[in-house]
Amino acid sequence: MDIVSLFFQQLINGLSKGGIYALIALGYTMVYGIIKLINFAHGDILMVGAYIAYFVFAAWGFTPGSIFVAVLFAVAGSVLLGISIEATCYRPMRSAPRINALITAIGVSIFLENFPRLIPAIGPNYRDLTVPKLFETIHIGEVSIDPLKLLTLVVSLVLMTLLILIVDYSKAGKAMRAVSFDMGASALMGISVNRTVSFTFALGSALAGIGGVLYMLNFPLLDTYMGIMPGLKAFVAAVLGGIGSIPGAILGGLILGIAEALTAGFISSKLMDIVVFGILILILLLKPSGLLGVHRKEKV
Amino acid sequence: MKNLRSTLLIFVVAALGFGALQALIVAEILDDYTLQILCVAGINVLMALSLNLISGFTGQLALGHAGFMAVGAYTTGVLLVHAHWLLFPALVAGGLMTALFGLLIGIPTLRLRGDYLAIVTLGFGEIIRVAINNFDEILRWAFNSPDMVGWTGGPTGLSGIPGYATNIMVNNPAAFLWIYPIVVLSVVLVMNLIRSSHGRALVAIREDEISAQAMGINLFGMKLTSFTISAFLAGLGGALYAPFIGYLSPPGFDFLRSVFFVIIVVLGGMGSITGTVIAGIGLTFLQEFLRTSAKDAGNGLVVLIQQNLFPSTISAGAWSVDLVPLSQVLFGLILILLMIFRPGGLMGTRELPLTRWLTTPWWRKKELLP
Repeated sequence: MDIVSLFFQQLINGLSKGGIYALIALGYTMVYGIIKLINFAHGDILMVGAYIAYFVFAAWGFTPGSIFVAVLFAVAGSVLLGISIEATCYRPMRSAPRINALITAIGVSIFLENFPRLIPAIGPNYRDLTVPKLFETIHIGEVSIDPLKLLTLVVSLVLMTLLILIVDYSKAGKAMRAVSFDMGASALMGISVNRTVSFTFALGSALAGIGGVLYMLNFPLLDTYMGIMPGLKAFVAAVLGGIGSIPGAILGGLILGIAEALTAGFISSKLMDIVVFGILILILLLKPSGLLGVHRKEKV
Repeated sequence: MKNLRSTLLIFVVAALGFGALQALIVAEILDDYTLQILCVAGINVLMALSLNLISGFTGQLALGHAGFMAVGAYTTGVLLVHAHWLLFPALVAGGLMTALFGLLIGIPTLRLRGDYLAIVTLGFGEIIRVAINNFDEILRWAFNSPDMVGWTGGPTGLSGIPGYATNIMVNNPAAFLWIYPIVVLSVVLVMNLIRSSHGRALVAIREDEISAQAMGINLFGMKLTSFTISAFLAGLGGALYAPFIGYLSPPGFDFLRSVFFVIIVVLGGMGSITGTVIAGIGLTFLQEFLRTSAKDAGNGLVVLIQQNLFPSTISAGAWSVDLVPLSQVLFGLILILLMIFRPGGLMGTRELPLTRWLTTPWWRKKELLP
């Protein structure tokens, strides 16, 4: 395979992976934008979504209907989980120092990663699933495209557009923007802060749930720690794009996915993680507010 | 004068404790297994102490201490295995190498605040682990020669590290002779550092960075000092770990291990040395208990439930439960509940008034009670 074909091959792989990262990164960035919390448990919501889809597929096989049901259940489960985590663990932390909220989030994450291992039906072992070939591979020259990857990218792009529409044009989206700008003032304006924060978590978790289904279809090996790495990388993507900025999260996710795929293609797949975290460190040193973020000065 | 007195007193108490433990070992009341857990506890206390210095006292949450531990452990391990160094210089080299890493990582990152610092230290922790894992690969790529072999052993791990004693059967007692004094010295070091003017500056940074800066404290310099000392202690923890365990592999130094040290510090109280010591020993024993005794008890209970309540299911296969994750579940719950109900941890920023307790004559002890 010549270099140009390899480049395009990896570009497609990267875009599809980047789409999943972007979906997860959106959840991070929205939650950070609204309550200034790095929701460490966000990656684990992806894991829950993936497991729900796994059980649906294991029970009903792969049919268009079962895929629909899997997505539906995964979204419902992760939204429920996201909202209840926020209500029980993060709400009492809202007036506490930020470091405390961060530690709570780490606690939630550890809990979510390990509690399912105690449940006999899930257990501590890996689970894998043979995903049948849903579509024929498309060949263009030497580049071979798996339509599943294309579908992943398309689904993510559609969801992102939907999210931008919700945030920019719906009433709930307006409330979200208001609360993220000034929580106290928006409460005075009659916006229910609790409901808005819940809504933000619901949106973010729904995206993570769908991200989980997509992730599982692309990398069908499940264990309860599977959410850590995509979670961390999506966070890196959110920081790269400018945390708190929705277009930034999308851009960051896609850049990160492409960077990963190109590293895998041209250097070594073992060095992917180093490149990702290297990008994180570089962006934090050169432009801590991220590519599209706004720098806010701290006032006394 | 007060500091000197309390330092001496700690040494006396530590020496007495050491003597008592040695007596228990000689009398064979303290078996090898318990001794081994004590050694692990000592290393955990040292790691948590190091984390407490930067996170508890200086207020900069670091999430990559497992990475520092890995640097220390691998430096010492490689020096012992490949360079055949003596134990003591190898331990010191492990600490110093990690301090160097801390300095190099700290210079660019400590300008960041709060959440960002936590994430960037997490990133460095992961990079260190992945780099050790793929050391061969990196060398090959960097020097463009396809058959270079690194010293870390990569994913297969670094094995055959010489122990504290040449006879492997007495490795644990020999390890204890090294770990205990080093942990005590580190505790005294951190304690006296915190009581010095430098330490007060660190606490001032934790309380309010802007006010501290207004008081003329060099924020970046003080944070860097604290971070480097913290890295040195963490590296020392890793260095002590290498000959104790005899085998190192990268997955042992993952994010979850960093989090374990955070749990110790948070439970003991961010900014309390005695809290860290108590929580470090307590959590190590709890983890060990859950890994061994509770596991059997859990399985027994499940089997009992099945036999008595669901006898019809026995033919389909005996139930079993894996309780190893239980300790992690508990740790997660501990973090959440502590943050909601007792954010200061067991001790807050207070210390056990050990010195006052020991130097007050018995007839005046009542005055010490709250």
